[in-house]
Amino acid sequence: MAPPNGADMRRHYMDLTRRRRLYSGLALMVFVLLMSSGFVVADDRNAGGFWDGLHNIFDFPYQVVAEAGTKLDLLPAHLVHFCPALLETVNIAAVSTLVGGLAGLVLSLMSTRGLARFPRLIPLFRRAMDVMRAMPEIVIALVLIFVMGGGPVPAMIAIALHTAGALGKLFSEVNENADMKPLEGLESVGAGWMQRMMLGVMPQVAPNYLSYALLRFEINIRASAILGFVGAGGIGYELKNAMSWGQGKFDEAAAIFLLLFGAIVLFDQLSGRVRTRLTRGRVAR
Amino acid sequence: MTDTTALIRTEALGLIARKRLIAFGLPALILAYLAYVFVAFDLPGLAERARLDNARALVADSYSYKTHVTRDNRSGAVSIAIEGERKGTYPPDRPPAWVTRDGDRTTIDLGRGHVVQFTPDGLRYDVPGFGPIIATPSTARGVITNLGDDLPDWINRSKNRLAISTPAGRVSVTRNRTEVFRYFKGWELFFFTLDSPYHGHSLRQVAFGPRIDPARPNLVGAWADFWGNAMWHHADVAWAIFETILMAFLGTMGAALVALPLGFVAARNFTPVAGIRFGIRRVFDFLRGVDALIWTIVLARAFGPGPLTGALAILITDTGTFGKMFSEALENVDARQIEGVQSTGAPLVSRYRFGVIPQITPVLLSQTLYYLESNTRSATIIGAITGGGIGLLLTQAMITQKDWEEVSYYIILIIAMVMLMDWLSGLLRRRLITGAAR
Repeated sequence: MAPPNGADMRRHYMDLTRRRRLYSGLALMVFVLLMSSGFVVADDRNAGGFWDGLHNIFDFPYQVVAEAGTKLDLLPAHLVHFCPALLETVNIAAVSTLVGGLAGLVLSLMSTRGLARFPRLIPLFRRAMDVMRAMPEIVIALVLIFVMGGGPVPAMIAIALHTAGALGKLFSEVNENADMKPLEGLESVGAGWMQRMMLGVMPQVAPNYLSYALLRFEINIRASAILGFVGAGGIGYELKNAMSWGQGKFDEAAAIFLLLFGAIVLFDQLSGRVRTRLTRGRVAR
Repeated sequence: MTDTTALIRTEALGLIARKRLIAFGLPALILAYLAYVFVAFDLPGLAERARLDNARALVADSYSYKTHVTRDNRSGAVSIAIEGERKGTYPPDRPPAWVTRDGDRTTIDLGRGHVVQFTPDGLRYDVPGFGPIIATPSTARGVITNLGDDLPDWINRSKNRLAISTPAGRVSVTRNRTEVFRYFKGWELFFFTLDSPYHGHSLRQVAFGPRIDPARPNLVGAWADFWGNAMWHHADVAWAIFETILMAFLGTMGAALVALPLGFVAARNFTPVAGIRFGIRRVFDFLRGVDALIWTIVLARAFGPGPLTGALAILITDTGTFGKMFSEALENVDARQIEGVQSTGAPLVSRYRFGVIPQITPVLLSQTLYYLESNTRSATIIGAITGGGIGLLLTQAMITQKDWEEVSYYIILIIAMVMLMDWLSGLLRRRLITGAAR
C-alpha cells in the first residue's frame, strides 16, 4: 500500500469536515424543527394564542401597579398584614430542608459504597432516593391535603420527601470523595458505625453538605410558595385568595408579590454569601 | 519554651470549649426551632383534622375496585355496574359470572361461601358461621330484619337502613334500594370497557385467536378500543404527558437560546462597560426572583391556560438562571484560545465561534440538560396551576375525590416520566460531553 500523500490526506480531512458539517447541520435542523413545531403545537393547545396575547402581556401587571398606586397608603399595612403568612412559607421551607436534609444524610450514608451500614441494601436505598426525587412535591402535597386537611404540614412533608431524595443523591456524591483513612483509624481503635460516621466522615463533608442544603433551602422557599397556591397555607394561599377576588384586591396581590420577591432575593443573596464563604474556607485550609 | 506551650494550651482549650458549645448548642437550637414549629404548625390539632377514612378510601381504591349490584326496590330493576358508573354498566343480558338471574331472583356469589340473594320482597344473605340474614324493605315501616338486638360490630342497623360489611363485600339496604358491593383487586377495565368486544379476552386470544369483532382485524380493533377507553382515556393521558414534556423542552431550550447572548453581555471579559453588565445582571436576578409561580399567574392572564403559558413561565424564570450561570462560565474561559483564533485574522464572529463556544459547550450542555429533567417536574407543577398537561389531569382527578385509582395511575406515570427524563438527560450529557474538555 502506498504511503498517503498530502493530497490524499487533504481530501480525507475535507471529507471528514464535510461529514461533520452535515451532521451538525442535520442536528441543528432537527432541533429547529422540534422547537418550532413544538411551539406551534403548544400555541394551538393554549386557550389564548401567543400572538393575540402578546400585546396583553403587560395589562395585568399594569392593572396591579395602577391599583396599588391609587391605594399606596394601604401598602405598608398590607405588607405587615401578610408577614405571618410569609413567615409560615419560610418556616415550611426551613423545616422541610432540615428534616429532608437529615433524612438525606442517613440515606446518603446508607447508599455510599464503603460507608454503608448494610452494603447489600445499597441498591434499595438508591432506588428509594430516585423515586423520592422523581416525585413532584405537588403530587404528595395534594394527596396529603386530602387526607390531613389543608395547612402547612402536608406541604412540609411533601417538600421534605423530595428534599431527602435530592439532597441524598448530592450528599452521597460528596461522600464518595471522602478520605477513608480517618475511618480506618477509627475502626482500628474499635469505633462503632455511628462513631465512625460522626467523627470520621462528618467533619470532612459538613461544609459541602451545608452548602448544598442552603441551595436547597432557596429552592424550597419557591416550592412552598407554590404549594400554598394549591391549599397548603402560607403566602401562596393568600396570593390565590387575592387573585381569585380579582380587581379590587390587586393592592393586596401587589403587596404579596413584593414580599415574595423580597424574600426570595434576600435568601438567595444570603445563602449565596454563606456558600461562597463555605467553599472558600475549604480551599484555604 | 514554656510560654509557647502555655499559649498553645490555652488556644487548644479555647477551641475545645468552642467545639463543645457547638456540639451541644447546635442540636439544642434545632430542637428549639422544631418545638416552635410544632406549635406554629398546630401539629396537635392535626389529629382532629386528619381524615383517616379518606386515607383508607384512597389506599383501598388504589389497588382494588368494587362492583355495585343495585336493586331498585320500587321497580324491582337490577343493574350491575363497575364503580357504579354508567360507563362500567354490564348489559342486562350478560351479567358477570358471579351473578345469576332467574326471573325475579338474583343470586350474587361474593366468594368464600358468602351468598346474597335478591328475593322479590327483600334480601337474604348467608354469612358463613353466622347464619342467614333476611331483610325486607317496606315503604311504610322501614327495613325489617330477622336480627336480634345483640348485633356484632360489622352489622349496622337503624330504622330505615341496614348495612353489613364482611371481608367478602358490603351490603346496604334502604327503603328505596338494595345494594351489594363486591371488591376485586386491580384497576377496573384498564384495557377495555364493557362495551368493547375485546373485554374479557386474554392477550393471546386477541393477538393470535380468531377474529373477535368481524368488522375489523383483532389488533387494530383492540388498539382502537384500548386507546379510546372511555374510563381511562389512554389517548388523552398520553397526550397530557407529551404536553408536559413539551412545556419542559420548549421552556428549557428557549431559555438557553435567549440566555446565551445575554450571558455574553453580562460577562466581564466580553462587555467592558460596567453599567450594561450591572443592568443585565439585575435583570437576571429579577427574572429569577419573581419566580415561576408569579410568572405563571401573569402569563396566564395574557395567554390563558395551556401548555404555552407553562412553557413561557419556565422560559422566563430559567433565562435568569441560565444567564447567571452562562455569564459565570464565560468569565472563566481561557483568553489564549481566543487570541490564537484572532491571530489568524479571524473576524469577531469566528473568534466567538471557534475560540469561545467550544470552551463553554460542556458547561452549557450539561446545565441545560440537567434543567430539562428538573423542569419536567416543574412543568407538572405549573400544569396543575395553569391548566395543562398531566398536572391538570392529576388535580382534576383529585377534585372528584373518587377516582383514586386514576390518581395512583397518574402518580406512577409522573414518576416514570421524570425518571425517564432523568435517564435520558444523563445519557445525553455523557454522550455529548465525553470527548470534550472533561
